Amino acid sequence: MANKLSTIALERVQAHIEAHRGVEGALLPLMHAIQDDIGYIPEEIYPQISKALALSVAEVHGFVTFYHHFRTHPVGKHVLQVCRAESCQAMGAEKLEADIKKQLGVDYHETTVDGQVTLLPVYCLGNCACSPAVMMDEDVYGRVDAQMVAELVSEVCNG
Amino acid sequence: MDNPVKVYVPRDSTALSLGADRTAKAIQAEADKRGLGIELIRNGSRGLFWLEPMVEVETAKGRIAYAPVKPADVASLFDAGFLEGGSHPLHQGLTEEIPYFKNQQRLTFARAGITDPVSLDDYLAHDGYKGLANALAMSPEDIVKAVTDSGLRGRGGAAFPTGIKWNTVLGASGEQKYIVCNADEGDSGTFSDRMVMENDPFVLIEGMTIAGMAVGATQGYIYLRSEYPHSLHILNEAIAKANVAGYLGDDIRGSGKRFHLEVRRAAGAYVCGEETSLLESLEGKRGLVRFKPPLPAIEGLFGKPTVVNNVISLATVPIILDKGAQYYADYGMGRSRGTLPIQLAGNIKRGGLVELAFGATLRELLYDYGGGSASGRPIRAVQVGGPLGAYLPESQFDTPIDYE
Ligand SMILES: Cc1cc2nc3c(=O)[nH]c(=O)nc-3n(C[C@H](O)[C@H](O)[C@H](O)COP(=O)(O)O)c2cc1C
Ligand code: SF4
Ligand code: FES
Repeated sequence: MANKLSTIALERVQAHIEAHRGVEGALLPLMHAIQDDIGYIPEEIYPQISKALALSVAEVHGFVTFYHHFRTHPVGKHVLQVCRAESCQAMGAEKLEADIKKQLGVDYHETTVDGQVTLLPVYCLGNCACSPAVMMDEDVYGRVDAQMVAELVSEVCNG
Repeated sequence: MDNPVKVYVPRDSTALSLGADRTAKAIQAEADKRGLGIELIRNGSRGLFWLEPMVEVETAKGRIAYAPVKPADVASLFDAGFLEGGSHPLHQGLTEEIPYFKNQQRLTFARAGITDPVSLDDYLAHDGYKGLANALAMSPEDIVKAVTDSGLRGRGGAAFPTGIKWNTVLGASGEQKYIVCNADEGDSGTFSDRMVMENDPFVLIEGMTIAGMAVGATQGYIYLRSEYPHSLHILNEAIAKANVAGYLGDDIRGSGKRFHLEVRRAAGAYVCGEETSLLESLEGKRGLVRFKPPLPAIEGLFGKPTVVNNVISLATVPIILDKGAQYYADYGMGRSRGTLPIQLAGNIKRGGLVELAFGATLRELLYDYGGGSASGRPIRAVQVGGPLGAYLPESQFDTPIDYE
């Protein structure tokens, strides 16, 4: 199979691997660095990581699949996370998520057709005093309704 | 013009989630438009979340609160002369006199919302690093004894006495020891750890440094919930400043003692809040629970003696070393000493953070503070999280809150 990753992305991954050589417990911060940079953790780089950190490819694979935060496929330009934990449930998160799915035309773990927004579930953003809550990229929004989320989506998509 | 008026707009992520950034921008723009000099300070949140974004203005009488302030309210606030504390429908009076705040007993959260969280100067001006100064002049045994005598018990779940845990690590042999802060805060309805990290990060850094001095550890890690990006940025900014000023590093304040600190982000596995799986995760493995014994205190991170404590436990250490074990132990009841930060969330009218000595009743919390349910219906049962984890029916609302 041909490499799907561009040469530039591969070089950046290589730089992260180099930067994490000799770091205690390097795998966790390394995976974050890669995903923060290129958006996901491509499986084709497992051999390089396993070599650099003296792990088996199976161990790297097992590590990535264990943690929900890490993903092995690209996401949209923006990530919208909807809180599904108890406090938000008590304040109507179920209806909210149904409305958002309908508006965006996607289910969880899917990306809108224009490639703009990936929808993900999340379990508590620490914003429970102002439930229901969502997070767009790194910003949290509280006491939201479907209307506000729609405005938020169009704001980030249009600039 | 004389000194510009200080205007405070919080940067806590719950305040931001309700539009605090837009409010701050609107205030600055309106002040510029009117040619009024203000000093805009992005403070932490006091945790009165139902009032966020809560804007405060410094006056001769003290800080006066206006809340909640939306961008659309800003022009009318200037018209009402809010920079001099003028009256306005959003006027809440002196912040310190708001009953929700005034009636609390804030020890761990003494500075939250008062200071600029990433200003080391502000931290120092508000009793910051006094605990460490005392600790640096004490023997490790005496530091551990102070924590033991305070009666502090772990706030992360098991309520284990913190001083006893530290004593085990102090007594364990080994060149390399670790302090690990459990900041995975996984349970819905909990946000007090996040509030410490975003609103007073230096108190956690100081607490971990004192822990390092107490047990002879030179490296600390904060294992931070990945869902908290704001906490990450604020902690990293504060850690960088502490390093520059010699409060972290190879020679802490000229003592010759070493302590380094780093934030490591978790990756969304609930079980990693459990301390042994947390350690596995920090080592770069899947977060599978380890068999105990050996305790982490004996064989913890990378097999070395390790203190694992919750954020609140560690953030409470500085005030104990500053004011003394007895000062802290004087709060509370029975074997539950000190204060407990309680989070009011979910279907409640006035959500927020309430820190009180052990012994308050649920009814007091839900009605005097919380104001009852948001929907106005009577509260039938309540989920109490954290160390008290239980589902309590109405018949128990008058039982005082403690560990037993
Ligand atoms: C499933 C599970 C999840 C836990 N989650 C957390 C957590 O998110 N934060 C925390 O501080 N402790 C958590 N704990 C408790 C920790 O294992 C440990 O007791 C605690 O970090 C010790 O710190 P303390 O003595 O200061 O409370 C959890 C325990 C279990 C069994
Ligand atoms: S195994 Fe541990 S993490 Fe899983 S449900 Fe039980 S206590 Fe919770
Ligand atoms: S439960 Fe949704 S933010 Fe905590």
